[in-house]
Amino acid sequence: MIELVVESRCVGCSACVEVCPTGVFDRAADGRPVLARVEDCQTCFMCELYCLADALYVAPDCENRVPVDEAAILASGLLGQYRRDSGWDEWEADPSKSNEHWRMEGVFARAARAPGGVGPGPARVE
Amino acid sequence: MTSLTADVLVIGGGLAGSWAAVAAARAGAAVILVEKGYCGTSGVTATAGPGHWWVPPDPDLRRAAIDRKLTPAAGLADPDWMARILDLTWTSLPTLEGHYRFSVDEAGRKQYRALRGPEYLRAMRRLALEAGATILDHHPALELLQHGDGSIAGARGLVRATGEDWTIRAGATVLATGGAGFRSHLLGAANNTGDGHLMAAEAGASISGMEFSTAHCIAPARTTMTRSMSYAFARYFDTDGCEVPIPPGPDNNREIAAALLKGPLFCSLERVPEDVRRLLPQIQPNFGLTFAREGVDPFTERFEVTLRGEGTIRGSGGLRIADADCGTDVPGLFAAGDTATRELVAGAVSGGGAINSSWALSSGQWAGRAAAERARRAGRRDAELARPIGQAGLRPLARPGGLDPREVERAAQAEVLPFDKIYFRQARTLAASADRLETLWRDTADHLVAMGSDRLRAREAAALVATARWVTHAAAGRTESRGMHYRTDLTGRDDRFAARQLVEGLDRVVTRYERPAAATARLEIAS
Ligand SMILES: Cc1cc2nc3c(=O)[nH]c(=O)nc-3n(C[C@H](O)[C@H](O)[C@H](O)COP(=O)(O)OP(=O)(O)OC[C@H]3O[C@@H](n4cnc5c(N)ncnc54)[C@H](O)[C@@H]3O)c2cc1C
Ligand code: SF4
Ligand code: SF4
Repeated sequence: MIELVVESRCVGCSACVEVCPTGVFDRAADGRPVLARVEDCQTCFMCELYCLADALYVAPDCENRVPVDEAAILASGLLGQYRRDSGWDEWEADPSKSNEHWRMEGVFARAARAPGGVGPGPARVE
Repeated sequence: MTSLTADVLVIGGGLAGSWAAVAAARAGAAVILVEKGYCGTSGVTATAGPGHWWVPPDPDLRRAAIDRKLTPAAGLADPDWMARILDLTWTSLPTLEGHYRFSVDEAGRKQYRALRGPEYLRAMRRLALEAGATILDHHPALELLQHGDGSIAGARGLVRATGEDWTIRAGATVLATGGAGFRSHLLGAANNTGDGHLMAAEAGASISGMEFSTAHCIAPARTTMTRSMSYAFARYFDTDGCEVPIPPGPDNNREIAAALLKGPLFCSLERVPEDVRRLLPQIQPNFGLTFAREGVDPFTERFEVTLRGEGTIRGSGGLRIADADCGTDVPGLFAAGDTATRELVAGAVSGGGAINSSWALSSGQWAGRAAAERARRAGRRDAELARPIGQAGLRPLARPGGLDPREVERAAQAEVLPFDKIYFRQARTLAASADRLETLWRDTADHLVAMGSDRLRAREAAALVATARWVTHAAAGRTESRGMHYRTDLTGRDDRFAARQLVEGLDRVVTRYERPAAATARLEIAS
């Protein structure tokens, strides 16, 4: 669930408030998000993907609230990982972030051929 | 209160709803799309990465592709519908060019078949806006409006930020609210609570194939990350470190469920090849998020796993489709995507992996186009009287109050999420579940109500109970095993049931089989 808005990074663009599919945030007068309904968070990481300031941290646990340490998270380099790996925004032209999603079908096929694999099965993508 | 009118109202802005909005707007209709969350991030496609059913328009290739899917479909699919979705998928995906950056393989060929979810839905939003549709985010629909003649006149809902009402009158309405996922923590599925199923049933629609609702997806324990590709290489271990003999994926969820019923299960991904590991963040950027945050290296360390139930999402049941335009049994109401039955194209097995997204893309466009056509013929009729027809969770039949929507939700989940109840169905436990759901439904219909924005939660709880009840009745009514519906007390297939099964009714649920094609033919010969 969403556990942290790094206030020192947030620029108050309200993108997260807008894109959150489950209405977790309220919008403060200055445009910043207020964590109003954390228990409704569906742990989808979409807010992080749309936050250009990399100011949001969604904890992986979707069942329980967990304590977070802002300083440790800032130091970890984890903020913005989804946006970077997705090759969005400033990463768009970076060839090391190109969209290789289409290779999924080939990966399934390799797994099927690997030792212990199920053999050539129906192509499968998720 | 906001009052608006449109030619076409689309309810739900996931994959199917956005394609419906595009098609209706391109057909010249004034379109409003209302979305519970945000059109672009909401729904199960936005967080995943759907591969479509992608076969070149060569008659032999197409026929062979259909034949391969007809066997697992176990007599419930229709090759003509399958051919139609193959065709529309092939011509539609390239039209996203300019809004989606398609990858190119080593040979320089554009790769259209599989798209990344967030980028796909972002493109669909842009396409819908470009076509002229109006999108209202955070505007969940609560109930349908009905004319005196039974046709659908639009819908009523609320604005999440304020709790205020909106009413939209429209010449035709498309339901694209997704499948019913029972809030199992399946990635991206929290909004998919079966609202469309309940709204349509209140208008008198039939629902088909709800017994085909046993799909699950693997995820690291306590997470939503149901991205299963890497698990095709997985090995599994129990708490003592002994290997559990589970066949490699993807079709091994029953064995995983059986192991989880015995105790915690741990996974090793050490067999994932080096080059795949390196490319994974570019293939599935969200797969690694939970591991990195837990400080776990999934390729060298074992981690605990669980299964997330999918309800009807990667099952195949939903609203009965009554005609070639994706009309339902109710005039003026169309169904698209996971809200509709996908038995026509997937039969008794999951349409996940290719068919479901091709169905969402196709049924969305057919429904959108037909809705535009109906609105053009019949007009908006917005001066005529129309009645809101929602009941459970909105207008209690008896003394209101005293029920917590979250408690109601948990009680419904308890009948349709435990692995033993879904994967190992049998008459005795199904009957007990049906009894408990009957009481829960009665209480919900009699007492559940809320105020302001909380009305959404109450209505969702009612929809969860309603869909859980239909799933349970349908599973009890199919007294055989077929496709993904597996009965431990009736393990064989029984050809008397080679037909689609309908569930109908809210006050009282009845099930009946649609006449099998073979029986119809015999009757015609006899008469
Ligand atoms: C992990 C995963 C992987 C998948 N991979 C594949 C694949 O590779 N290939 C494939 O073919 N299929 C795949 N599928 C299935 C595919 O994603 C679905 O078939 C497809 O998303 C269906 O689209 P939809 O629009 O019907 O539903 P969704 O995309 O779920 O959209 C439903 C929308 O309706 C909205 N809504 C709900 N209730 C209301 C309301 N009351 N008012 C307004 N809006 C409402 C929701 O917020 C949501 O945005 C996958 C599914 C999952 C879960
Ligand atoms: S998207 Fe990021 S920067 Fe914008 S308001 Fe939200 S947290 Fe702040
Ligand atoms: S993770 Fe998803 S549901 Fe949770 S706050 Fe972010 S966008 Fe909203």
